[in-house]
Amino acid sequence: MGAFIVRRLLGMVAVLFVVSFLVFFIFIKIPGGDPASRMAGKNPLPQNITNIRKQWGFDKPFYIQYARMMQKAGNGLLPGKHGEYDVLRSFDTRQDVAHEIKRGIPATMSLCIGAAIIWLFFGILVGVISAVYAGRWSDRAITTVALIGVSMPVFWLGLVLRFLLAEKPNNPLFPDGGYVGLTQDPVEWAHHLILPWFCLSILFIGFYGRVLRSNMLDVMNEDYVRTARAKGLAPKRVLLKHVLRNSLIPIVTLFALDFAAVLGGGAILTETVFDLKGVGWYAAQSVGGLDLPPIMGVTLYGAFFIVLFTAIVDILYVWLDPRIRPS
Amino acid sequence: MAEPLLEVKGLKVRFATEDGLVKAVDGVDFELERGKVLGIVGESGSGKSVTAMTLLGLTRDQNSLFEGQVLYKGQDILTMPESQLRDIRGNEIAMIFQDPMTSLNPVYKVGYQIVEAIVAHEAISKKVARRRAIDLLKQVGIPSAEERIDSFPHELSGGMRQRAMIALALSCNPDIVIADEPTTALDVTIQAQILALLDKLRTDFDSAVILITHDLGVVASIAHEILVMYAGRVVESGPKRELFYDPQMPYTWGLLGSIPRLDRPKQEKLHSITGSPPSLINVPVGCKFRPRCPHAFDRCTDEPELVNRVESPDHFDRCWLSLDDKRRLRGETLAGEAVA
Repeated sequence: MGAFIVRRLLGMVAVLFVVSFLVFFIFIKIPGGDPASRMAGKNPLPQNITNIRKQWGFDKPFYIQYARMMQKAGNGLLPGKHGEYDVLRSFDTRQDVAHEIKRGIPATMSLCIGAAIIWLFFGILVGVISAVYAGRWSDRAITTVALIGVSMPVFWLGLVLRFLLAEKPNNPLFPDGGYVGLTQDPVEWAHHLILPWFCLSILFIGFYGRVLRSNMLDVMNEDYVRTARAKGLAPKRVLLKHVLRNSLIPIVTLFALDFAAVLGGGAILTETVFDLKGVGWYAAQSVGGLDLPPIMGVTLYGAFFIVLFTAIVDILYVWLDPRIRPS
Repeated sequence: MAEPLLEVKGLKVRFATEDGLVKAVDGVDFELERGKVLGIVGESGSGKSVTAMTLLGLTRDQNSLFEGQVLYKGQDILTMPESQLRDIRGNEIAMIFQDPMTSLNPVYKVGYQIVEAIVAHEAISKKVARRRAIDLLKQVGIPSAEERIDSFPHELSGGMRQRAMIALALSCNPDIVIADEPTTALDVTIQAQILALLDKLRTDFDSAVILITHDLGVVASIAHEILVMYAGRVVESGPKRELFYDPQMPYTWGLLGSIPRLDRPKQEKLHSITGSPPSLINVPVGCKFRPRCPHAFDRCTDEPELVNRVESPDHFDRCWLSLDDKRRLRGETLAGEAVA
């Protein structure tokens, strides 16, 4: 187990390196990506641009710039005071990136954890019901609804929900976007998040339901399920202890990766549509402004969660499926 | 002998499928007495496994149709409500399946799976059930059962897993154990051990056994009576001795001829039955074996009844050939097989 963790950590460093390097490389290669001329404003003097270039280190070779950026990103994670140019700062706003990401975390966490609970619960419910009633009208109805859920783009659904439920002039059911801290006012916190939760979950519910349905139908044909029935177990026990237990193993992988992605700033559309100033919203802002340091910050932040949750899944698998050993 | 433990009368099982009605079992009758071993023999698709599953109500489905009766201690399993059937499953009639690799749930320990069966039927604590599970594992010959009970199925060898499966089947001391090809997936050396174990446990537990196989060699050692099935029906039945020494159906000859034998001169090739089993949707007219039978003649377009045609009273078959013809042709088929 110790060797497993060490190997995982090394892998994590490698992944973060590759991801950050790719982002950096793409950024310096895209046209209009020269940050100095952008920072100098409209009609700048050439001297101005040169100064900025020197001050921010844009005149150095790209690998030195990259190393310097990584160093700054690392500094942002360490406690204590850092110099003006020793942390990752936005080219546009000069804000400390680590600080900005930290500011977005409560909104993103609230959105993602709430939505994950909803989509996992209803995804499993939909999957179980449609597998148990496979082929009958209730299965068809649920499958159709799930398909509609999967097919609705988040930006469209979000806007429709806002239009119908939050933008009525008198007595709107829900507030129109924004975020209220949980510690500040729990009721308003939930009230503000219901629509985003729903919007983010709906796609996953449909998808998980369909995956689980087909997993369960496969497992139901397994010999050990027949054994369980031949033992005289009640149908509910056969379904939950034998069929569902084995069908959930692949769902765990899906869930961990999806959850890591939205937690790491992947819920860009939902956060943007509902004006939740979370990590995803921050990513969207930065990409729009071709602002490398925040893009790099959010990328590293997101990649960290993906790698972390992949490792967690690998450890969970040993417990979920005893045939697998960490090797 | 009083009322038999299990009585199957005119059992028919059909499945409605997209391609048509599959006549999986098409008229099966037999009786089973306490302490006896009944062997059901036939090729794949002859309906033997469906018969076995039906005895436990495991073929129940919205697309299944049943006819006839399966009387267990006088009660019809076919019409019994599901809840009552559940009390019988695993408790009074238990089943051992073909492939021990896939028949145990891979995510639960062997002990858990046995305990689960015990507490489903008896109001005892898990602790007591666990102690019984250890005893059962010992009885089926698993060494260091106290440790093995906490093994996952994949940690056991095929033979050990099948032993665990047998322990599971015996966990509630059933009256009938149905073993569906219990040795097919095992090494030959393990096969003999498992068969001997089944036979020993039958006496220890005073159960009746239904042994389903495609291999007459398997039933030869422990069965008392044998039922030969073809295309969903019984084509020959009788006591083991009769069936081995005086087989009446050309199909049975084919099965017997396809067993390799060490006590016969070496043949060029092992005998095989030509062709493949008929579709169970469009069953042949007349004798079901006619299209593959080398001795078929015009009379075979009428299906013969399963009746007693030889001197021995318990021996039934479905073949129109005269006794003299049978003895002569059989000798040719079995190439030197002794004629009783």
